[in-house]
Amino acid sequence: MAKIHGAVTIERERCKGCDLCVVACPCDVLALQPKEVNDRGYHFAYPAKEEACIGCAACAMVCPDACIEVYKVIVK
Amino acid sequence: MKREDIIKPENKVYSRPRLLDDNIMHYCPGCSHGVVHKIVAEVIDELGLEEHAIGIAPVGCAVFAYNYIDCDWVEAAHGRAPALATAVSRLNPDKVVFTYQGDGDLAAIGTAETIHACTRGENIVIIMINNGIYGMTGGQMSPCTLEGAKTATTPYGRRVDLNGFPLRVGNVVSILDGTCYVTRQAVHTTAAVRKAKAAIRKAFLNARAKKGTSFVEIVGTCSSGWKMSPEKSNKWMEENMFAHYPLGDIKDTDKTE
Amino acid sequence: MKGNEAIAHAAIRYGADGYFGYPITPQSEVLETLEALMPWETTGMVVLQAESEVSSINMVYGGAATGKAVMTSSSSPGVSLMQEGISYLAASELPALIVNVMRGGPGLGTIHPSQSDYFQATKGGGHGDYHLIVLAPSTVQEMADFVALGFDLAFKYRTPSMILADGIVGQMMEKVVLPPQRPRRTAEQIKEQCPWAVTGREGSRKRNVVTSLELDSAVMEKNNERFQRTYREIEKNEVRYEARYTEDADYLIVAFGSIARICLKAIEDARKEGIKIGLVRPITLWPFPFDAIREAARNVKGILCVEINAGQMIEDVRLAVSDRVPVCHFGRMGGIVPNPQEVLDALKKDFINK
Repeated sequence: MAKIHGAVTIERERCKGCDLCVVACPCDVLALQPKEVNDRGYHFAYPAKEEACIGCAACAMVCPDACIEVYKVIVK
Repeated sequence: MKREDIIKPENKVYSRPRLLDDNIMHYCPGCSHGVVHKIVAEVIDELGLEEHAIGIAPVGCAVFAYNYIDCDWVEAAHGRAPALATAVSRLNPDKVVFTYQGDGDLAAIGTAETIHACTRGENIVIIMINNGIYGMTGGQMSPCTLEGAKTATTPYGRRVDLNGFPLRVGNVVSILDGTCYVTRQAVHTTAAVRKAKAAIRKAFLNARAKKGTSFVEIVGTCSSGWKMSPEKSNKWMEENMFAHYPLGDIKDTDKTE
Repeated sequence: MKGNEAIAHAAIRYGADGYFGYPITPQSEVLETLEALMPWETTGMVVLQAESEVSSINMVYGGAATGKAVMTSSSSPGVSLMQEGISYLAASELPALIVNVMRGGPGLGTIHPSQSDYFQATKGGGHGDYHLIVLAPSTVQEMADFVALGFDLAFKYRTPSMILADGIVGQMMEKVVLPPQRPRRTAEQIKEQCPWAVTGREGSRKRNVVTSLELDSAVMEKNNERFQRTYREIEKNEVRYEARYTEDADYLIVAFGSIARICLKAIEDARKEGIKIGLVRPITLWPFPFDAIREAARNVKGILCVEINAGQMIEDVRLAVSDRVPVCHFGRMGGIVPNPQEVLDALKKDFINK
């Protein structure tokens, strides 16, 4: 059976920590940094459970700041 | 599979829109404007319109839209974008002209310009973000503020006996003979984003085909103005805004003809 | 033809790209004539009756942003409504032509002629530090000629210009020689002459943005300094006026537009009585011919500023002569136009028989 491997890149300085990507992710991959902030003081999003990513791009689509890019590999 | 094996150009399935500028957007965290900007940038790119699209920016939060989407822009006075678009389109019929406005700009001070551009059937796209508030000036009541909603100028909630009823702009312009396509969309979920993108794409195609005025209303959030987190704002929008502003196509002359 | 009709014919012959207007007395013939001539069938000029003067001027703003030669016309109350757009045009450094065929105010006022928008036209009118190039025609011929002049100056300096006419010259019928038909500029010419214009971001060109907004105070001050440099340049190069009988004059009349012709008749009548009066007729109300008036006033005993208003241009005339010569005003209001005898009587009362 084919297995999907996904990965996201998040431009940390562009992220405003709005949390919408975290909510949108069906696989609970993303989280906001609990302590660390970017240069503008936002708790930016990061892939906390990156192995669970299926590359569906839901996070990227709802991201208002276009800071997420998505990659996907299907291994047959 | 290792992360570095996945993150390769050939595996990319979602990119930052090419026509979105590198500037960091000034919008508040979670603002719907950003998502709609992305969609507009994608549609212009995908339809090959980057040399033909001319945007008219509003006064309001989206006043700096010209800093983000990489096409030619004119920044209008408050509410006047459809008047500018009328002239730009008539004098440059080979261009695809769109306005990008908020509900305060379009449906209060710009009502006359909107109604008459729509009734003349100008070959333009009008995109209106309906978040029921004046965001830029600090969260005052707008034409689309819901009954009971608290804003800076309705601190105890909008009262219809004092402030009148919230305006369903899409429904108003849909009865005008010059509009060919009127739709109400949202961008709070992936499904909604897909539908909104299809709507904006259709609107741009209508303008290119000179079918008349296309009006795309996007029900959006203003978490700063609403004083809620972006996530709560989405929920509040689903529970309250959609009841008064139901999503979906209101008019499509392609289907009725 | 009427002055208003001359404006319409001249606009087409200039090769104007667009006219956006709204009916208001006493200038509706401009729009009516254009609609009757149907220039969209010949030169391709766009003509549109807008839903208001507010929309008209903002259509002009949009059209001008694309580098097109666009214009509007109205009369005083309508031009008040346009002030927002005019300020934006000035701030965005856009060329455009605005015609004001003045009627009496304030408020809804009267449909009869007046010159009471002098302050509004020459001192800015809308918000912010700006000027329009203001041309004051006194004949139907000048109504026609100033269309091309107004457009040419607007494009030369990237600033809106205004023809400040009045109900008399708008409605008056005279013979007029219309200019030959000029072709409208091509898209290539516009791109070459107006590289700032919003024409679609082609190839590797950076996007053009026409805006009057700048939140960085340092940049906004620089923008304003640039506007002011342009205004100084216009003041240096573009002052226009007509001087008559000034060489030997004992008295001077300063008047603009239609009333200047009535004053000229008064001056010629006075010569028969042995009273030597000269006339300076400012053609550009901004930039104002300060030097010409100062020069003409060198040897006179008094200056009468004749205007169809309560006294507006008189402030600039006084500035020109710095109180070295007594300056009096004569004018009628409410739409009443004085005759030559009234003008002469006023001059005699103020300076000769006092």
